[in-house]
Amino acid sequence: MSGKETNPTFSKSTGLPRKRFYRARAHSNPLSDSHFPVPVSPRHVDYSVHYPQYFPSSDQVDSCKKIQFADIGCGFGGLLISLSTLFPETLMIGMELRDKVTEYVKERILALRVTNPGQYQNISVVRTNSMKYIPNYFEKGQLSKMFFLFPDPHFKEKNHRRRVISPFLLDEYAYVLEVGGIIYTITDVEELGDWMKTCLENHPMFEALTDEELKADPVTKLLSSATEEGQKVDRNGGQTFRAVYRRIAPSL
Amino acid sequence: MEDTPMENGETNKDSEVAPALIAVHPTQSSVAVAVGSDLRVFDLLGGCAVSLVDDSGSSLHKDSIRAIRYGADGKLFVSAGDDKTVKIWSTESWRCITTVCSEKRVSAVAISSDGSYVCFADKFGVVWVVDVDVSDGNQASVNKKAAPLLSHYCSIITSLEFSPDGRFFVSADRDFKIRVTVFPKKPLDGAHEIQSFSLGHTEFVSCLAFVCTQECLQGFLVSGSGDSTVRLWDISSGSLLNTCDIREKAGLLESKGIEECYGAVTNLCTIPDSTLVAVAVQSLQGIILLSCDLSAQTLHVAKVVSIEGDAFIPTSLGTSSSSGLLWMVTGASNLHDSQYPCVARVKVISGFKESTPDSVEHGSIVLKDNEIPGGEKLLEKLQGRVSFDENFFLTAAEALKTSMSNLLIKKQYSTEKREFRKRTRNDKKLKQ
Ligand SMILES: C[S@@+](CC[C@H](N)C(=O)[O-])C[C@H]1O[C@@H](n2cnc3c(N)ncnc32)[C@H](O)[C@@H]1O
Repeated sequence: MSGKETNPTFSKSTGLPRKRFYRARAHSNPLSDSHFPVPVSPRHVDYSVHYPQYFPSSDQVDSCKKIQFADIGCGFGGLLISLSTLFPETLMIGMELRDKVTEYVKERILALRVTNPGQYQNISVVRTNSMKYIPNYFEKGQLSKMFFLFPDPHFKEKNHRRRVISPFLLDEYAYVLEVGGIIYTITDVEELGDWMKTCLENHPMFEALTDEELKADPVTKLLSSATEEGQKVDRNGGQTFRAVYRRIAPSL
Repeated sequence: MEDTPMENGETNKDSEVAPALIAVHPTQSSVAVAVGSDLRVFDLLGGCAVSLVDDSGSSLHKDSIRAIRYGADGKLFVSAGDDKTVKIWSTESWRCITTVCSEKRVSAVAISSDGSYVCFADKFGVVWVVDVDVSDGNQASVNKKAAPLLSHYCSIITSLEFSPDGRFFVSADRDFKIRVTVFPKKPLDGAHEIQSFSLGHTEFVSCLAFVCTQECLQGFLVSGSGDSTVRLWDISSGSLLNTCDIREKAGLLESKGIEECYGAVTNLCTIPDSTLVAVAVQSLQGIILLSCDLSAQTLHVAKVVSIEGDAFIPTSLGTSSSSGLLWMVTGASNLHDSQYPCVARVKVISGFKESTPDSVEHGSIVLKDNEIPGGEKLLEKLQGRVSFDENFFLTAAEALKTSMSNLLIKKQYSTEKREFRKRTRNDKKLKQ
């Protein structure tokens, strides 16, 4: 963080990185490969890079503490930051395809750690294609929550397979989620909302949360308010469509 | 990057070469070879070439065949490939029972242990399943519809296998991933329950096989890869049990240097009722025999069987139970500027007898052509000719290399091209 004062990409007043220096393409094609490192298996994920306070050196790989929340397509990271203080003992990670956006989130978290000593040590971000590499990051049943907030809609029929919620990808999400784990989805695009709900409804390993359960869950209200995209929709008075499902054991 | 094959589903066809494939009937009553679009079967019981009967259309396969295999009980045979059809044959009549149309080109096939389902993978990484209805005997039922079973997101699937007990379905891809899925009771509704991912390979996974003995019926999975290793897995947990680096043992390290995919494992074949695994390696004239110690859960090189004289680098391997023979083929289709458009060369290694299943010390000799079951007649059918000059092998070896690169290695953009792509990206434009 040296040279922060003179670095124009950081705001002088808040010490936080300025978003406009990290603008990126609005949409990436998640089916195309890029050059970023991918851990060979979940045991190869270096926790000391992401959570140095919890993992001072990289040789404690088999520590029992593991990432439990994943924010898929985390964008500028607003949700992680809200969740960080709500669940201070839970390790969480954002997965983001666009490198500029990932860099922004990284800097944002580092800055928050500096300005709030002892806090924001449980969140991190990684640049990856979640559609391909989720099994490289998480073991079977490792996650208790997965978030898909305002994912790219990919309207055209032929691009539906680029959507981050799809019948096939739900098999992988069911694999990394523990039984009882929860998948949260929200969008302002009605068609996509219907699609995500239908995919989850038809999948044998997910069941919808009841309205009471949703009300009781402190995370529910963050879905529409915590992220940059959610705030934008809210400012414009847009409607949102939510689907929240629990991972269940497959019936035999 | 790599938009081309996955997004368009089709790569530049001219550059594609299909390696020759071989499959042996489980009791060695027949042997099949595929070269290009040509499917050749020799009946070893009858001692004659088989004429295939396909009522569904005029010709058999119209483009390169990418996968052939017999079912475990030997009743069915499947062939599939670039013409986007999957043909299911009765091995009794050699009549095509069903032709299944795929939207995309087909890269791998498997037959469920009880012979009631055929699965195939397309170039988009989706695995499809068809229910094989053999009740109507040999009547051809055309254009069966396949249902999606599972998907490897946007990675080409290189190999599909059922576990010997039929419980699991294993799929491997070009992205170093091996997925183990519970094979469901109703596969037409999809296979949603993933048992494990077997992760550890650092390059494409090219082939899968199960080591299975009387004492260990559920078997252990072995996989071969472009990372020059063969790995042993416990599929129920996905744990990597052992890694065998074949490069060093095969004496490949000091030779040609760092040529791309020089030591890539191209094919694997387990010798039935033994703990031996035969391995074909890019650029190796012969095969490597690995021995698997099932109690210690280790793999080690037992022997390198080299093929003297000819530059014979096998493109595909096959065996049958208790025949004691390992069948090998080399060759390729679509060789431009070649006098061998669709030729293959078959060789056989003997010495895997039941009495000495795990001892390879004395056995394993490369048979002379006249010692091969079926003799000259078989070779004429499967190879397309009986004798070869030296050039053939050089051409075949070159073709194998090309096809491995095309099929399995990710397109590496040149630095120049990559820089260009970077510069023309919108997010960079904004800044500059
Ligand atoms: C519309 S934004 C929403 C961001 C954030 N969740 C929010 O609510 O503000 C969708 C994000 O998903 C990312 N994304 C799309 N496909 C992805 C993939 N396959 N893997 C990781 N991130 C992806 C995009 O780069 C983009 O930042």
